[in-house]
Amino acid sequence: MAETKAYRKPLPRVDEESRGFWEALARHELYFQRCRDCGTKRLYPRALCTKCLSSATEWVRASGRGLVYSFTVTHQNQSPGFREEIPYVLAIVELEEGLRLMTNVVGCAPDAVRIGMPVQAVFEDVTPEVTLLKFRP
Amino acid sequence: MSIWGRTAIVGAYEHPARFAPDKTAYQLHAESARGALEDAGLTIADVDGLFTSGVGPIGILSLANHLNLRPCYLDSQAIGGSSFVSHCLHAAAAIAAGLCTVALVTYGSTAASERFAIGTGGGGFVMDPPDSFEAPYGPTIVGSYALVAQRHMHEYGTTSEQLAEIAVTIRQHASLNPHAKYRDPITVEDVLASRVISSPLHLLDCCMISDGGGALVLTSSERARDLRRPPITILGAAEAVQHSGIGARDLVEIAARQSGPLALQRAGLRHDDVDVALVYDSYTITVLVTLEALGFCAPGEGGAFCAGGRIGLGGALPVNPDGGGLSSNHPGMRGIFLVIEATRQLRGAAGARQVADAEVALVHGTGGMLGQRHSGVTMLLGRA
Repeated sequence: MAETKAYRKPLPRVDEESRGFWEALARHELYFQRCRDCGTKRLYPRALCTKCLSSATEWVRASGRGLVYSFTVTHQNQSPGFREEIPYVLAIVELEEGLRLMTNVVGCAPDAVRIGMPVQAVFEDVTPEVTLLKFRP
Repeated sequence: MSIWGRTAIVGAYEHPARFAPDKTAYQLHAESARGALEDAGLTIADVDGLFTSGVGPIGILSLANHLNLRPCYLDSQAIGGSSFVSHCLHAAAAIAAGLCTVALVTYGSTAASERFAIGTGGGGFVMDPPDSFEAPYGPTIVGSYALVAQRHMHEYGTTSEQLAEIAVTIRQHASLNPHAKYRDPITVEDVLASRVISSPLHLLDCCMISDGGGALVLTSSERARDLRRPPITILGAAEAVQHSGIGARDLVEIAARQSGPLALQRAGLRHDDVDVALVYDSYTITVLVTLEALGFCAPGEGGAFCAGGRIGLGGALPVNPDGGGLSSNHPGMRGIFLVIEATRQLRGAAGARQVADAEVALVHGTGGMLGQRHSGVTMLLGRA
């Protein structure tokens, strides 16, 4: 069934530095980057290692498991797409691999979310081109 | 030679407007410039350095056009609400280096009359690389600060009551400021009973949205001696930025942790030299974590530190005696008002809210999103 309601939230800009990340999400896989020269892990994706400035990069698959590092239940947001979904949970999740990222926690009551709660990646195909990474308990 | 102690604030003006649908933002810039120049006893023709922010990407050119100024030094530093504190630092460097002689810093905003939902509107921002990994999830400005508050509560047991007490204290201060927008006293219970905007922050944990404007005039300490007002000297200042880096940021570590100690060191001062602090109070949590990060108390002790009247008038470290952004005014980027109130306090001209014998003021501006990318600018000011 085609989704008839237009997606109104901001969409990421898929560019040359980040394409590999977004293409992986579209396959419902989560990847981060690691420097081939010094081994430093990084997320969000970018072309150069920020520690040694090397361009030699490998993509590493993450388990998709993590813990809620912080969160807020958003009760007011006037912008299109979000105002219809209030209350929603904005969160920072720490991946098993030690990297933290901003996301939404979905699939549970907003008031049930706690810091330290184990969560698992879910892949939300929001448009034909873009898949977003969210987490559920 | 050090630039510290060589530049003075000689004119300061806070526009009394809190809601000005009959004025434009540029008019508020101009009226504020007039007020600050009159305060200094200087004229618009004396100005050869122009500093502003919040006017659009190359809006300083429009401001120069609007004021018909042709300065030889321009700075439209744009790092959020702290920009105007940064302007003072930059003006001190420029004046000490001989790049300009009289610096004018202006601000004007009609955020309230334009019904600009700053904290909860989302959007309106460019999609820079880090935004692609945040904006799709709906971080409001309140939400970004709320992430810090929630983490702080988790790590240290900080409570909503402790945050509320900050709002209560700053409202008490506002009750002494005839220009403050909200002057009726509130209680901890009032704050906790106000609706949750983004947990754990309630409506009364949040700054208001007002209109407003302000301006500052700075010149060399040498020239300042011949001017009308007692010069307020820039003793030291420092800037910093904090962000998510490559993915492992500690949320309760904020930019003030870097800028605070550096500014104090540059000024040759210690914490107990500070008589009054002007701390950007976008939210109650901002005050709490900023005082910790500046080193006034240890990490995790901010809640207890702010309790019991310590940050109130008559306390050990009065914070925001004008009523701050929580109760006096907040047109979107409040940094200039921190400097203006510090100047009034050090002049001994703050009326009913005067901090007795204030000789050293600490100003700390925060700009941007505390839980994401933000700037911190700390400045020490002294009575010459």
